[in-house]
Amino acid sequence: MEARSDNSPGHIRARTRALREHFTQVPLLGWLSGALVAVLLERFLGTPLANLMGLPKVPVLFGCVVVLKSPLLIPGTLAYLILVYVLPVGIIARLSGIVLNRLAVWLFNTSVHLSVIIHLCLLYGILTIWSDVSAYRLLMLKLTLIAVMVTLSLNVINGYMGEFSCSHPGFMALGAYAASIVTLILFVDDKVFGTALLPEFLGPFLFPVALIAGGMVAAVGAIAIAIPSFRTRGDYLAIISLAFMFIVKSMIENLEIVGGPRGLSSQPDFVNFPTLFVWTVASIWIINNFVRSVLGKALNAVRDDEMAADAMTVNTRRTKFVAFLFGAFWAGVAGGLLAHVLRYVNPGTFGIQKLAEVLAMVYFGGLNSVYGSIVGAVGYSLLSEALRPLELFKWIIIPLLLILVMIFRPTGLIAFKEFNVLNLIRPKGKPEAGYKTKLSVADKTS
Amino acid sequence: MELLEIKKMSHDFGGLRAVNNYDLTISPGQIRGLIGPNGAGKTTVFNLITGIYTPTEGDVLLDGESIVGLKPHQIASMGLGRTFQNLRLWRHMTVLDHIKMARYSKVNYGLIGAFFGTRKRISEEAKIEDIAYSLLELVGVAHLADQLVVALPYGDQRRVEMARALATEPRILFLDEPTAGMNPEELIQMMGIIRRVHSELGLAIFLIEHRLKVVMELCETIQALVFGEVIAEGTSEEIQNDPRVIEAYLGKERVI
Repeated sequence: MEARSDNSPGHIRARTRALREHFTQVPLLGWLSGALVAVLLERFLGTPLANLMGLPKVPVLFGCVVVLKSPLLIPGTLAYLILVYVLPVGIIARLSGIVLNRLAVWLFNTSVHLSVIIHLCLLYGILTIWSDVSAYRLLMLKLTLIAVMVTLSLNVINGYMGEFSCSHPGFMALGAYAASIVTLILFVDDKVFGTALLPEFLGPFLFPVALIAGGMVAAVGAIAIAIPSFRTRGDYLAIISLAFMFIVKSMIENLEIVGGPRGLSSQPDFVNFPTLFVWTVASIWIINNFVRSVLGKALNAVRDDEMAADAMTVNTRRTKFVAFLFGAFWAGVAGGLLAHVLRYVNPGTFGIQKLAEVLAMVYFGGLNSVYGSIVGAVGYSLLSEALRPLELFKWIIIPLLLILVMIFRPTGLIAFKEFNVLNLIRPKGKPEAGYKTKLSVADKTS
Repeated sequence: MELLEIKKMSHDFGGLRAVNNYDLTISPGQIRGLIGPNGAGKTTVFNLITGIYTPTEGDVLLDGESIVGLKPHQIASMGLGRTFQNLRLWRHMTVLDHIKMARYSKVNYGLIGAFFGTRKRISEEAKIEDIAYSLLELVGVAHLADQLVVALPYGDQRRVEMARALATEPRILFLDEPTAGMNPEELIQMMGIIRRVHSELGLAIFLIEHRLKVVMELCETIQALVFGEVIAEGTSEEIQNDPRVIEAYLGKERVI
């Protein structure tokens, strides 16, 4: 980018360093504003711009699919990406850095909660506008958000507590079926479950109840894993949990009332993007709250040395129980959401393939880390969609990537890192005297 | 009344009697020591008292009530704090988190507080943090609060473990070879810390040691344990001159 003003290599290096330094001073608010402008640009000028670059239509997934299908379009796609994403984000972030930093300082000092809400609204806006371009994008986004939720919930057990649990697809299946049955009974005229008990307009309001019911059923199922975990751990528990997954799957396959292997369909369409966004944010918030509390850190203590944890007054049984039930609850909720996004659910979905996928997301992203789970879930979902045109080779490239990650970062990309929202929304650059004092106070209470 | 009273405690590992008819009383504020050669059963005595093993015979009374059969975490929260011979720290946790963790049984905000970050939780955690910092200051590692324990030198890890045991608000502190593997300088510092803890917090301390120098200097009365049996009990001088203790440590005197 800086090649135009080159005099000597050293000069270029100095310029790029200055540029990088400038960008590290941009607060999150700046990046989000840049992204907002970029998605707005794509929304309103995307098609003409794409045509100008010789592309048939707006590249849906950052051009990955287009590039892999017809390599001749690579220059056009690159130009499009730079014009629509890189340049607007870069320019806005750079230009508005100082102004938005002031705003961020002001927001931070007035109310941290307000600041968080504004950031979330911006993020919501960006995702809505981005996914507005095509139905495919919307579906992908929804599945990614659900993947984030599942990955986080598995990370509670596998990462924070360090037990290798393989039962997550089972928990998801329980949640998906339980939530589906509740909504089918209440809001849908169904052959098996009879006529709708409640009018359809109540649906969106009572839908959380159905989801929580799904989560609860999954949590009850988790008791079957939690109790053996008092006495055994490691490989043995992994086998027990794997067995649990198969039991759930074959139980559902043999239950004719829920459709057996054919599955359940025609769930009401309650999960629009805002609902899903709110649920995902809530799950991240609650899980992050939990793992940062003393009760949640007890999971780490049990993982690192159970005997010491016991001697330091930690009730290890209660800790394991809570961790399994909590993780399973969120897996159940995610299952319920998935069933209502796809509006179809069958036991085949929750098999070994799903397990491999979820485990890959957790270990790819990083153990014991909320950041890691988000990065893992989003990264893996994007990658697996983007490489879809490669068909068979996709299943060579993704595992290969996983192996590379495990070689260079054995605990995952971003492991053992605390997710501190305050750090994320904090104004960047040199702190002014006024806000520094306020910050340290906020730090203490966080 | 005695704080802790152990009556005729015995423990078998399969056919092996590891501890035989062990008696002990500890009054508030007392420092008592337990010495003995390797494999004498000292750590087993600790594990029996703190609930990791259940005695085959005999009774352990705290404030006159039996604590035999309780879970280790219950016994710990009743006021028996301990350290371990081979440091048992949590390798992925920071120093501050170690101390906060040991307050587990004193946390009142419950799961609701943990999930939703209520006001009660925020104020309680702030209080816990204050306590943690004051304990870290007491043992002299407050400046390392944000570090991961694995990054600390050995002597500091020992201090962290001590502070962690203190955070459980013990009435009796069980120290299992607190100076194991330390150089002379660290040893003197550690003894200073034990004295400070004893005088400032007024705890009773029960100490296992290998190095006679430490026990002799710190403890009021000492027991010598050999093959699971107490062979001598008394003040440091009595123990030092007891022929049976000398025999256990150095072997029999042979007259040529």
